[in-house]
Amino acid sequence: MADKAGEGAVAVTSGLDWQYAPAPESRDVVAIAPRYGLFVNGEFTQAASGRTFPTINPATEEELTVVAQAGPADVDRAVAAARTAFEQVWGPMPGSERAKYLYRIARIIQERSREFAVLESIDNGKPIKETRDVDIPLAAAHFFYYAGWADKLSYAGFGPDPRPLGVAGQVIPWNFPLLMAAWKLAPALATGNTCVLKPAETTPLTALLLAEVCQQADLPPGVVNVLTGAGGTGAALVAHPGVDKVAFTGSTEVGIAITEKIAGSAKKLTLELGGKAANVVFDDAPIDQAVEGIVNGIFFNQGQVCCAGSRLLVQESVAEQVVDRLRRRLATLRVGDPLDKNTDLGAINSRRQLEKITELTAAGEAEGAERWSPPCELPSRGYWFAPTVFTGVSQAHRIAREEIFGPVLSVLTFRTPQEAVAKANNTPYGLSAGIWTEKGSRILWMAQRLRAGVVWANTFNVFDPASPFGGYKESGFGREGGRHGLAAYLDA
Amino acid sequence: MLSSQLRSPQGGDWLAGVSSDAALRQLLHGLPGVDQVGVHARAAALATRSIKKEAKLAALDLAVTMVDLTTLEGADTPGKVRSLCAKAMRPDPADAAVPPVAAVCVYPDLVAAAKAELGRGTVAVASVATAFPSGRASLKVKLADVADAVDAGADEIDMVIDRGAFLAGRYGQVCEEIRAVKEACGPAHLKVILETAELATLDNVVRASWLAMLAGADFIKTSTGKVSPAATPPVALVMLAAVRDFEQASGRLVGVKVAGGIRTAKDAIRYLVLVNETAGRTWLAPGLFRIGASSLLNDLLRQRGKQLSGRYQGQDYFTLD
Repeated sequence: MADKAGEGAVAVTSGLDWQYAPAPESRDVVAIAPRYGLFVNGEFTQAASGRTFPTINPATEEELTVVAQAGPADVDRAVAAARTAFEQVWGPMPGSERAKYLYRIARIIQERSREFAVLESIDNGKPIKETRDVDIPLAAAHFFYYAGWADKLSYAGFGPDPRPLGVAGQVIPWNFPLLMAAWKLAPALATGNTCVLKPAETTPLTALLLAEVCQQADLPPGVVNVLTGAGGTGAALVAHPGVDKVAFTGSTEVGIAITEKIAGSAKKLTLELGGKAANVVFDDAPIDQAVEGIVNGIFFNQGQVCCAGSRLLVQESVAEQVVDRLRRRLATLRVGDPLDKNTDLGAINSRRQLEKITELTAAGEAEGAERWSPPCELPSRGYWFAPTVFTGVSQAHRIAREEIFGPVLSVLTFRTPQEAVAKANNTPYGLSAGIWTEKGSRILWMAQRLRAGVVWANTFNVFDPASPFGGYKESGFGREGGRHGLAAYLDA
Repeated sequence: MLSSQLRSPQGGDWLAGVSSDAALRQLLHGLPGVDQVGVHARAAALATRSIKKEAKLAALDLAVTMVDLTTLEGADTPGKVRSLCAKAMRPDPADAAVPPVAAVCVYPDLVAAAKAELGRGTVAVASVATAFPSGRASLKVKLADVADAVDAGADEIDMVIDRGAFLAGRYGQVCEEIRAVKEACGPAHLKVILETAELATLDNVVRASWLAMLAGADFIKTSTGKVSPAATPPVALVMLAAVRDFEQASGRLVGVKVAGGIRTAKDAIRYLVLVNETAGRTWLAPGLFRIGASSLLNDLLRQRGKQLSGRYQGQDYFTLD
């Protein structure tokens, strides 16, 4: 007996050093063409200028393909196609008929979900775990959700017969390429608008695959058009006189430029811009789940999320314990090949973004905050940034005020609920916030006072098509998702 | 947070001062709360880990060494137990490279039969005791049950806590029972079964885990296997976090045993992932993690064979027990 107890004790000191073997998702499911055109009036065509630009895999810097660069002539063509489709087909079509197309698109996205997931991972750099479990299922869910609204608009609270606006010009970011396309297209189409979508320069491929899905679903030509290109393409689109509605998700800087540009026109506008969310952890929080929420809040999608919980506000009495546990947890994060099914953190989307993250973290150190990263080996090629935590951050530091849009957490402390609210609101942004406490009344007290479009309680970065999403202040205006999301595309 | 109070390696000195219900309540209810939604989400996320090739083979071999091969039926006989012991020592008659399991787990009256069969080998004899599975008997009867099993040669005792007393807030009583059983165990290792299905909430699971550890448990165990649901990944996650935190506070290592309903190698590997990413590497050893199961062993062998040969073998190539 004693021997066996002793044997147990030996085993205790030497647990298995268990390294997970690589588990890469196969790329074979995706066929990337050598070049891609614009999707206008139901067909793929080259840009009038014949110009193209490359898109690369940020994890390897390998060039994936070249994509047509849309110019003013292409914008004209796409807007005209959308106008015709709006007037002749999509606008007059009964909602119940429009719904059939949306359901069909949703189902095809589900059927081709693995293809979408792998392609998104390759083009964006995010882990396959996230594209497979979050991006793609949520994109399909948005189409399903808004398909359900298409024939019920008379009962949505916008009057007996709310009308669509017409042609929507939609410019989307690179952090959730397909999901943002779905957020924009699904409500616009459900309400009877037609769309010209401009995906981000660095991540055009899943939007083009979605265009192929529109063809597969027999969506009438011109209802959805996809123009690939850089900032100039987007600027031409939002400025085009044939556009009735502009929807933009991206940086606050570009959002302001768009607002100035279309001021005085009849165009309706919704903006979903940056954020610097506070994730507030009280001393009575479920600590281990709060740590998970902090990790999910700032390291989901490498922190390239406008609603990322980039400021951790933790009550001083538990700050040390929370940070210790956070560090221990971060040591288990797996950084590397986005296509490996066990990868938690993938690549940064572009060199430009990596430079911005690098610059801001250097500023954090220079301003006196203490920087920490877990030991992790980064691949030699591609754009990579280790998960990073700054402690000893004050409200005055740039890393507490500016959106970093990367895997960088700033830890600040507070003493009382009043101070937590004051610090959380002390930002030009107001997109999201998190509250961690076991006390229900405090959740409600906080939620009433936080000036943020989304307030999560004991969770973070959870999305549902039925829940509206949008910002206060410099985070933009208008809501996407839910019944509220319909308002952005209705003349109501 | 509790480290200053828990310097004693057994937690004994500290407990001497506070074994009243009120004091224990203050301590156990002062532990951080557990958010059920968050725990379920984390367990589901870890279930998507993809374990392949050499990592899978290592996990399968490790899992075999962690099995407490169990038979707890009214119909058990010495013959059935002998056959189980043979399987425990040599899980795959065709492949000597397969390690023996950790223990066989039987009722107290069959300990002698198991002991006779296992002899001086490495496989331990574990016995459920304390009026398993309900625990509805007086402390005197429970201690006699334990003494019976220990006298017959049991190396490990799996006791059940008094869930009724726990749910009624009589923490002192639960604590005293565990301490008394621990004493009756002598050199035998004590596993304390929480029967988490009856505790119902994860907050209760954490409190019962700490109570058992403070009272001297060598292992905390999820379930008897007689109440559904038995072991679940969220419950295991919470218990693994508890042993990790207890070790940090007291310096004492306590093991975790998951039992009931674990039938496939895939399930077993998922539990090992939970161990690896929650408690950490130290617990990836049979001295600190066990899986109570019966049919699991054959699936581990089948998957092991598949990893080595590239092909699955039929059920008839694996012995029944």
